[in-house]
Amino acid sequence: MGYVAVKGGTKAIEESIKRLKYERVHKGTAIELHKIEAGMRGLIDQVMSESSLYDQSLSAIAIKQAEGNPEEAVFLLRAYRSTLPRKHVSRIISSENMKVVRRISASFKDVPGGQILGATTDYTHRLLDSELEKESDKSIQDWLRAYQEENRSTEYNQKHMDDLNNLPKVLDYLRSEGLLASCENNDLQPRDVTRKSLEFPSKRSERLQILTRGQTGAVTSLAYAVIRGYGALHPTVGELRVGQLPVYLDHPLDDGQEEDSYYIGDFTATEVEMLIPLTVEKEQGKKEIEFEVGYGMCMGQNETKAIAMGILDNCLERPNNEFPSHNEEFVLYHIDSVESTGFISHLKMPHYVTFQSKLDSIRKSKDQTTEQEVGLHE
Amino acid sequence: MNKTYNFAFFDEGSKREIRRATLKAIAIPGYQVPFASREMPIGRGWGTGGLQLTLSLIGKDDVLKVIDQGSDESVNAVNIKKLVSDTTGVRTTDSTADASLIQSRHRVPEVPLQKDQILILQVPLPEPLRGFEPSEHETKKLHAEREYSGAWLMLFEKIMKYGIMATDADHPVMVHDRYVMAPSPIPRFDNAKLDNSEALILLGAGREKKVYAVPPYTKVSSLAFDDYEFEIESFTNQACILCGSNDVFFDELVDEDTGETYFQCNDTSNCLEIVNQKQSLGVK
Repeated sequence: MGYVAVKGGTKAIEESIKRLKYERVHKGTAIELHKIEAGMRGLIDQVMSESSLYDQSLSAIAIKQAEGNPEEAVFLLRAYRSTLPRKHVSRIISSENMKVVRRISASFKDVPGGQILGATTDYTHRLLDSELEKESDKSIQDWLRAYQEENRSTEYNQKHMDDLNNLPKVLDYLRSEGLLASCENNDLQPRDVTRKSLEFPSKRSERLQILTRGQTGAVTSLAYAVIRGYGALHPTVGELRVGQLPVYLDHPLDDGQEEDSYYIGDFTATEVEMLIPLTVEKEQGKKEIEFEVGYGMCMGQNETKAIAMGILDNCLERPNNEFPSHNEEFVLYHIDSVESTGFISHLKMPHYVTFQSKLDSIRKSKDQTTEQEVGLHE
Repeated sequence: MNKTYNFAFFDEGSKREIRRATLKAIAIPGYQVPFASREMPIGRGWGTGGLQLTLSLIGKDDVLKVIDQGSDESVNAVNIKKLVSDTTGVRTTDSTADASLIQSRHRVPEVPLQKDQILILQVPLPEPLRGFEPSEHETKKLHAEREYSGAWLMLFEKIMKYGIMATDADHPVMVHDRYVMAPSPIPRFDNAKLDNSEALILLGAGREKKVYAVPPYTKVSSLAFDDYEFEIESFTNQACILCGSNDVFFDELVDEDTGETYFQCNDTSNCLEIVNQKQSLGVK
């Protein structure tokens, strides 16, 4: 056993990279990118959200290169993202303009515009479907034809499609009923944590940005801890929406009139507004319950993460030293995938010098103890 | 050279921004300047802070040396060197004296640095006060108020517990009589090399998003008490089995056959140079 740095690094790395490629391809079949895009929507959405880079094709490459490991795929996309200059900033997007494909409220049964289940695994039985073993492109296409036949555009459908582009928000209903304080639109330029590092106390725009980029598992776990007892909230899903949001850019030379802006495309997002009851003290010690809102928004369909984000957003609005989940440094510093996985994995690097230094310290402190013991006996 | 990416990986705007933070760091020795640390193609915690500094500073005429815990050949050093030379095409070297930029993890080279060189140290944990104060908001205040009793108490408590200061690598230093600074986990043996250095020393922490600096000819002293002096790692009466040096930092090795402990220079390129020199002089 020796504490010497690994030698022959260059050669070893080259061989290791070859071996990695071998592991990826050794079964002799290449997975085509369009198949990843076609069949791995969940993984693509998770990877895009954690990378904060909305691009299905690039995600598919990353997933392929990473052999489906989300931690590695996010890492690849984030590193790629670092090389992209920031050329444009979109116009402010209003989430009322979402083309909704799914929308539910756990607070009100009868929400204006209705509950729209859309595509969800929520009510599937999680029974492994052995039929999928036999699924072929042909069987899929037959099924698709039948499905389209079933959902042919009728007048009824058309009317409802229009409604979906302009669904009223559940929270607006609560505001009109006076149960939720109305708030001003805050259209200040957000602070971008990728351009300026986070300083404390943080701004809400920074918190939301870090939460939405957070590792799905980490964000979910911390929010879970909050509602299980390591936190002071009891939230309800006011509204959860999934749909497409349009993005517009101003002409770079214009003064930015809305009608002159360019539509550059849509992106799918999950938006969650959590309702969180809060006891507030009024005059003469009278207590009242009011609602507060926790906001979650993620790229792609990432519902658990968006709900968890909504919970943590509100936690961080109400700092409470009793719970780490209400401490902004604790939450914001530890949920980023690239940062946490990077630092954990760096422990695999050689620490020979630092360890040698520690050995020296341990030996000296042992000598000290022996000296003292000898001193006592004398 | 990989032409898919801009020279030195980043776009020019990013490089300029990192250099701006670096200039501020040089202007306030020992102060941790926050910067918008980018995600890199290597892992956070694997030297992304140092790498960002290197990439922001490197020009076509630079000569780069990268060492990891003393070794030019260590896998991570090789990997970083490869990334930089792939995206810049600059020349790399093992020789400390030939390098204009030296990126290092946890060692200051044994060969004294020159005034036209820049040493870039990779930093895992830049905050020397983190040991007793987990909050960044609080430690920032402590630095601003020069409130360092906690740093002294940490050392004092170790003396009470172990009879010695019992710090290992990363023993805190006072820079220019103002800021307490984490020298990055260099062994205590290397702390003295930071003091009054002829070369510019930059420290980059990518994950923690901080840059700080020890400009040339800056006073750097290791924290210690009058009656409990700062002690470096001791290798009493040891000499390198390869080159015979005795005033350097060693790797401790065990001979697999005899079970005996022996020592070898940790700074491998320096060791090799000494061996070669002796051979050319005909010394056995």
